[in-house]
Amino acid sequence: MSMAEREAERAAAIELHELEKSFGLAKIIHGVNLAVPPGERHAIIGPNGAGKSTLFNLITGKYSPSGGAVHINGQDVAGLKPYQINRMGLSRSFQITNIFPKMTVFENIRCGLLWKMNYRYSFWHLVDRQHDLTERAEEILEQINMTARRDDLAGMLAYAEQRALEIGVTIAGGADIIMLDEPCAGMSTSETEYIVDLIRQVTAGKTLVIVEHDMGVIFNLADRISVLVYGEIIATDTPENIRGNARVQEAYLGSEDGH
Amino acid sequence: MSRIANSPLTAGTRSLIPLSSALPWLIAIAFLFGLPVVFPSGSALTIMNQMAITIIFALAYNMLLGQGGMLSFGHAVYMGLGGFFCMHVLNWVENDGLWLPLPLLPILGGLFGLLFAFLIGGFSTRRAGTVFAMISLGVGELIAACSIIIVVFFGGEEGVSGDRTMGPEFFGIDFAQQQEVYYLSAVWLIVSALAMYLFSRTPIGRIANAVRDNEERAEFLGYSQRNVRWISFCASGFFCGIAGALFAINFEILTEENLNLATSGEILLVTFLGGVGFFIGPIIGAVVFILLKTVLGLYTELWALYAGILFLLTVMFFPNGLTGLIAMHVGPYKRGRLGVLALPYIKMVGPLMVFILSGAAVFEILFHSREAATGEGEMTLYGLTFSSHGILPVAVAAGIAIASFLLLHRLAPQLREAWDAANPVDRRS
Repeated sequence: MSMAEREAERAAAIELHELEKSFGLAKIIHGVNLAVPPGERHAIIGPNGAGKSTLFNLITGKYSPSGGAVHINGQDVAGLKPYQINRMGLSRSFQITNIFPKMTVFENIRCGLLWKMNYRYSFWHLVDRQHDLTERAEEILEQINMTARRDDLAGMLAYAEQRALEIGVTIAGGADIIMLDEPCAGMSTSETEYIVDLIRQVTAGKTLVIVEHDMGVIFNLADRISVLVYGEIIATDTPENIRGNARVQEAYLGSEDGH
Repeated sequence: MSRIANSPLTAGTRSLIPLSSALPWLIAIAFLFGLPVVFPSGSALTIMNQMAITIIFALAYNMLLGQGGMLSFGHAVYMGLGGFFCMHVLNWVENDGLWLPLPLLPILGGLFGLLFAFLIGGFSTRRAGTVFAMISLGVGELIAACSIIIVVFFGGEEGVSGDRTMGPEFFGIDFAQQQEVYYLSAVWLIVSALAMYLFSRTPIGRIANAVRDNEERAEFLGYSQRNVRWISFCASGFFCGIAGALFAINFEILTEENLNLATSGEILLVTFLGGVGFFIGPIIGAVVFILLKTVLGLYTELWALYAGILFLLTVMFFPNGLTGLIAMHVGPYKRGRLGVLALPYIKMVGPLMVFILSGAAVFEILFHSREAATGEGEMTLYGLTFSSHGILPVAVAAGIAIASFLLLHRLAPQLREAWDAANPVDRRS
C-alpha cells in the first residue's frame, strides 16, 4: 500500500456530509460536503452572511444540523453536546473574545487543561498543589508569550493579548483538531502577523480549520481553502488555484472591493 | 482574605501547609475558643450559636450564589430538611435506643441535605439564571406547603421537638450546658468553613467559577455546565444540612418557619450584605445580621427596618457588600496612603452618628405614637423621656437629622478629594 492510499484509508479529521441548517424558514446552510484530512490547515472564506459561523457552530455542536451529518475522526457526532465533542479532541475559539475575564491569565489556561489532564469534576485535589497542572499551564504561557502576564486578570488585557490568550485556552487541552473563528478580527497589520505566526506555531502537526476575513492571513496559512457563498461551498482547492478560480473571483473576491 | 475571583496563586510552595495561608485559620480558631471566656453569659452564647449556624448556612449559600452564579430563592429547604431529619434522629436516640454521639449528628444532617440537593438539583440545575431561580422558588414553596400536609415528618404547626441530652455521653459531655453546645458548633463551623474554602480551590471549584463567568466557554473546554452546577448544588446542600443539624441541636425544635421563603430570603440578604465576591463575605454578613437581629432587637422592634435600610444602602452603593467596603481600603493601605483618609473619616464620624441616631429617632417616635397603648404617651429615647404625641418631638428629631445630613453633604467633597489622593489613577503605558 502506498503512502497516498494509506492516507485515503484514514478517516478524515472532519467530514461533512450533505450538511443543512435552517432557522425557521431561512435556510442558512445548503447541503455542504467537505472532508478535512488530519494535519491539514483548512480555511473557510466567504462574504459576510455566507454562513461561516453557522458552519462552525454545527461542527462544534453548538447547533444541531437540520439535515446531513458531521463526522469527527470518523465518528458521527449527531446529538452530541459541545463538551462531548470537545472530549473527542476538537477545540474551538470564538469570533467574539470568549475567555474568563475575572480570572488571571494563568487560571484561564489552567481551566483549559483540567478536563484533559483527568482532573474532571474532582473535589479531592487542590489545584494549586498539582505540579503537573502548573507546569503544563506555564509551558503554554511560554508558548503564547504571555508569561509576563501570568497573574494579570484576563479582562484587563489589551485586545490582541486577549485574542492570543483565547488561542492559548483553545489549544491547552491538547486537542488535535483546532477550530479558530476569525482569530485576527479587529487587529492591526503587525498584530495580525504576530497572531498568524502564533497560530502556525501552536497548531503544528494538528488539523486546523480557520474562518477568516483577512485574505492575506488565509493565503499565507492555509493548505487548502473552501469558499462558502450563501450556504454552499462553491470551491475547495489550494490557495493558488482558488486565486485563479473564475467562479470564486466572481462570487467573492470581486465583491471584496466594497468591503 | 483572599478574593474568590482573584486569589493569590500559591503554586510552587513545597511545604505541606504554608504558614501564611494557615495563619488566618489559626487566628479564627483561637478567636472562636476564646469568645466564651470573654462573653460567658447565656444570652451571649445563644447569640454566638446562632451566628455559627448562620455563618455555615450563608457560606453554603454562597457556594451557589458567589461561586456558582446560581441565585436560589428556596435554600432554607436544604437546611430545614436536614434539621427536621436530625430532630427525628434525636428522638430515635431518645426513644428507640439508637446509639449516636451528638457531635456526629451533623454528618447525618449533611447527608440528608445532600440527598435532597441531589434529587432536586437533578432538574433545577439544567439551566442557570432566571429558570434556576424560579425553580428554586417553586421548590421552596412546595416543601413549605408540604410541611403542613405531611405531619408525620414535619409535625404540623407545632413542628418537631426533641432532647439533645439523651444520647450516649461524649467523653463525659452530655451537652446539657449551652457552653458545650457552643464548642460543638464552633468545631463544626471551623471544619465546614475550611472544607468549603478548600472546595473553592479544587478543580470542580475552579470550574464552578468558570461556568459562572462564561458557561459557553466551559462547555467547549469539555465541561457539562449542568453537571458542574449540580455538583456545586449537592455540596451546598451538604453544608446546609450541617447547619440544619446544628440548629436542631441548639434549639431542639424545628417548625415550618425553618423551611419557608422568609428564611430563604433572609439568607440571601445576609450573604449579599456581607459580599458574594469574597469567601469571608457571608461570614461578615452573618455576624452583622445576627447582631442586628439579637442585640438591636433587644432595644427596638424596628430592627428589621434598620436591617432592611442597611441592606438597601449596601446593595445600592457597595455592590460588593460590607467586605467590598473593607477591601476598598486594601489598595490605599498597600500604598501607605491610608493616613490621608483618616482626617476626613474622623470629621464625618460625629455628624454620621448624629444623623443615624436622629433618623432612627424619627422612626421610633412615629412608631411609638401609633403603637403605644392609649394613655401611655410617654416614651424614653436616648435617656430622654417625653410624650411621643404631637408634632414637636418628630420635628426636632427630623430637624437634627436634616442638619446633620447637610453637614455630611458639605464634608463629602473633602472625603472624595482624600479618596482620590489615596487612590491615584494607575497609568499604564
